[in-house]
Amino acid sequence: MAQQPVDAETLIERFGPHPKNTPPGGWSAALGYDRMVKTHCCFCGQQCGIQLKVRDNKVVGFEPWEDFPFNRGKLCPKGVKRYMQDEHPDRLTSPLQRKDGVGFEPISWEAALDRTASEIRRIQERYGPDSFAILGGASLTNEKAYLMGKFARVALRTANIDYNGRLCMVSAGAACKKVFGVDRNANPWSDIPLAEAILVAGANIAECAPITTDYLWQARERGAKIIVTDPRMTPIARTVDLFIPVKPGGDIGVFNGMLHVMIERGWINREFLANHTTGWDEVEESVRKFTPEYASKIAGVPASMIVKAAEIWGPARTSFLMHSRGIEQHTKGVQNVLAALNLVLATGRIGRPGCGYAMITGQGNGQGGREQGQKCDQLPGYRDIENPEHRAYIAEVWGVPEESIPHKGLSAVPILEAIHEGKIKGLFSISFNPMVSLPDHRYIAEALGKLEFFATCDFFLSETAYHADVVLPGSLIEEDDGTTTNTEGRVIRHKKVVDPPQGARVDWQIVCEIAARLGHADKFRYNSPREIFEELRVASKGGVSDYSGITWEKIDANMGVFWPCPSLEHPGTPRLYEGNRFNHPDGKAHLQVVDWRPSADEVDDEYPIILTTGRVVAHYLSGNQTRRIGGLVDQTPEPFCEIHPRLAERLGLVEGDFVTVESRRGSITVLAKIVKTIRPDTVFIPYHWPLNRSVNHCTQRAIDPISNIPEFKYSAVRVTKAAPSDNPMATRGASR
Amino acid sequence: MSEMVFYMDYSRCIGCQACVQACAECDTHRGRSMIHLETIQRRESVQTAPQVCMHCEDPICARVCPADAIKQTPDGVTQSSLTPRCIGCSNCVLACPFGVPNYYAELDQMMKCDYCYDRTSVGKRPMCATVCPSGALAFMTPEDFAQTRRGHAINEWTFGNETVRTKVRVVVPPQVERVRVDLVQIGGLAPQAASTAIVDPEDVAAMLEEV
Repeated sequence: MAQQPVDAETLIERFGPHPKNTPPGGWSAALGYDRMVKTHCCFCGQQCGIQLKVRDNKVVGFEPWEDFPFNRGKLCPKGVKRYMQDEHPDRLTSPLQRKDGVGFEPISWEAALDRTASEIRRIQERYGPDSFAILGGASLTNEKAYLMGKFARVALRTANIDYNGRLCMVSAGAACKKVFGVDRNANPWSDIPLAEAILVAGANIAECAPITTDYLWQARERGAKIIVTDPRMTPIARTVDLFIPVKPGGDIGVFNGMLHVMIERGWINREFLANHTTGWDEVEESVRKFTPEYASKIAGVPASMIVKAAEIWGPARTSFLMHSRGIEQHTKGVQNVLAALNLVLATGRIGRPGCGYAMITGQGNGQGGREQGQKCDQLPGYRDIENPEHRAYIAEVWGVPEESIPHKGLSAVPILEAIHEGKIKGLFSISFNPMVSLPDHRYIAEALGKLEFFATCDFFLSETAYHADVVLPGSLIEEDDGTTTNTEGRVIRHKKVVDPPQGARVDWQIVCEIAARLGHADKFRYNSPREIFEELRVASKGGVSDYSGITWEKIDANMGVFWPCPSLEHPGTPRLYEGNRFNHPDGKAHLQVVDWRPSADEVDDEYPIILTTGRVVAHYLSGNQTRRIGGLVDQTPEPFCEIHPRLAERLGLVEGDFVTVESRRGSITVLAKIVKTIRPDTVFIPYHWPLNRSVNHCTQRAIDPISNIPEFKYSAVRVTKAAPSDNPMATRGASR
Repeated sequence: MSEMVFYMDYSRCIGCQACVQACAECDTHRGRSMIHLETIQRRESVQTAPQVCMHCEDPICARVCPADAIKQTPDGVTQSSLTPRCIGCSNCVLACPFGVPNYYAELDQMMKCDYCYDRTSVGKRPMCATVCPSGALAFMTPEDFAQTRRGHAINEWTFGNETVRTKVRVVVPPQVERVRVDLVQIGGLAPQAASTAIVDPEDVAAMLEEV
């Protein structure tokens, strides 16, 4: 059973996080470098261009890359400090196996790989192929994401593979597929400054996509009006034209209410709707009841704000919708996005310069990671695992019988539930840290503890790896070649900057070694990541995300190539839907009727306050990298709870108090931060920390029925004054 | 091409600290950040404001230095104190109207933002103004500024009876020509000011009550 072998303190002592504060040799080390490599940041879906300085095969610093067109040298603090993850004392440099009462002990690569393969074999022979699951990640390169999908379907023949993009982009992706037939942003970022009206819905751009801030401000300098909806006044919300402090889960009130007003005022492009869309009549009928007054009750804001938003959005000549997790991480996440997209289509402002929409991807390869077949229902090139033609094509690429490819499997949260129920007995994970990132930790820890075998591949020992039987030390993105696809749909190149440290290996070789031990060496015979990319090009050919015309040389020559790119001569497709051609077989966009429904965990007398969660600018996702970088730890060492002074007064809290935030599932004790910039019915805690500093003790496992995203943005809680948490791990890291 | 100018626009700042982190990477003061990023009043607002050295035309820090340790380059950049001359007296720290110089006890020396002289003197942009993701810190020609920004950039400040002109420019609303910095009462607003200070534009609860 995959129980944690020893207490967390012992593991932290040995494996960190230990914040690294200085470059190799310290700040006073000799200056200078042998070479500078143009590559990209590893954090977040913006994938900013950056140059890494290298001396003696060590990354020793960075220099802005001002020629890369997306960010022009701009970086957030994570990008500035990203190089500090190299040469890190916490780095795993030997395979490990669990030793009860001690922790983990080093073993040889042969032993680790043999044991992993034989456990996969044993579990699958005893309980069936689907009893072994794979969890991948959206921080993996396209090559690795592709490899994980193939590994599951060809080497393990398990249906149960999914990835942590399930926590991020899936609601937006599912909505875009329904409406447009393709899951990608419609526009390159260069369209943002050309818009007259911009709606930023549930996107804390300043902290989660900082580089995008300048695009917004460029638009404002040109006279654009900007609307932000968010339960918190985020840094960008402070100075925009209209800030709507929407209640968590109330977004449909804002969107449908705006559409109602736009219909009343005649700000609808009926010609566009008649010629290029289906479903408008039903949508028009459905928003009849969303008068500003009705809508304001759902949105939890004054009706006048909704009218004002319609007055900005409705008559504009060009407009841009941007949204992210704030509207997506709900059990109605897909519905929220659909309602927002209706605002785009009702005006016909799409497929032209300055007109369109974008979901802001959160994870490093949030876009590419969801195209290559590591989702439970998907094959490479965005192909559908239940479509016979799609299956046949991929079977041919892989050289396997079509019937050997499993059908649709479970998504991330249901995989953990199946583990808890004893239906899944074994797990291999890479680049996924459920013990920070998945909701309802008590349950997740119980589930992991029930596994008969758990192997994980990572460069640092994550809190999830505490439960592993075997840990395989993998590689950082700068230790291998590969590609990712940024938030715009631009495929870019990550360069191999340095070798992995002695004892660690590049991820794709580890996966191929396991596949070989399972008897599938012939299908995983790659000599380099470029060979995987070449196979990916073929596998994606003819699919929605067609990479077949993209080569690494073409990426380098053009500072990235936007998919679809179906031939070598094709320049790529920065803007989708030009000429109002949409991706459904009828060529039209399909508007969807949206009605509001409550959260799966509505507030009540016992749990009367809404908890919403999110990110801070200094940390990335589960923090397995950023909690080890000194400057970033200093910037935000601990989670905190934002509380409005009115709520604080009611609860008897003053600045400096600790609070216990408790849901029906669990609790967390953190420092209260009393601020007027949040709704008084809502509290906020960022989620990047583990153990007793994890807000995901409180969040719920309920998922959207279409996208399967968990409802991180709404949990019913009660808040009480507390003593400072007895937490030796909390401060130790920061003080080192 | 005109000379590049350093602009600060507080309305763009998102408080991300990219400038602070990047400044500490500079080759001339590695591990120490010279830029200040102020969180104005977090309880009331998310507003933040960066502060680089303004590089006064007639630098007050240099004028008050008894050891003549603070030098201005011919192109108007006021540098950190010279190591062999600085006596660590902190006169400059007290005298600077913008609160820029810092005294480092472990070095017994004043250090401050030097306009990334190692970069700007060879045609590169300062580190903070290169990485700043919001464009709150920007280094560009006045022509580029006029083309891409709506604001109006000033470099005159009045402190009591003294007017200070700076190399660095700050973006302000169009009608403002010069910023007047007067004495404020420490420990709260004066009584008559308090009565007018009821507007609380960033209180979300107040916004929700608006009809």
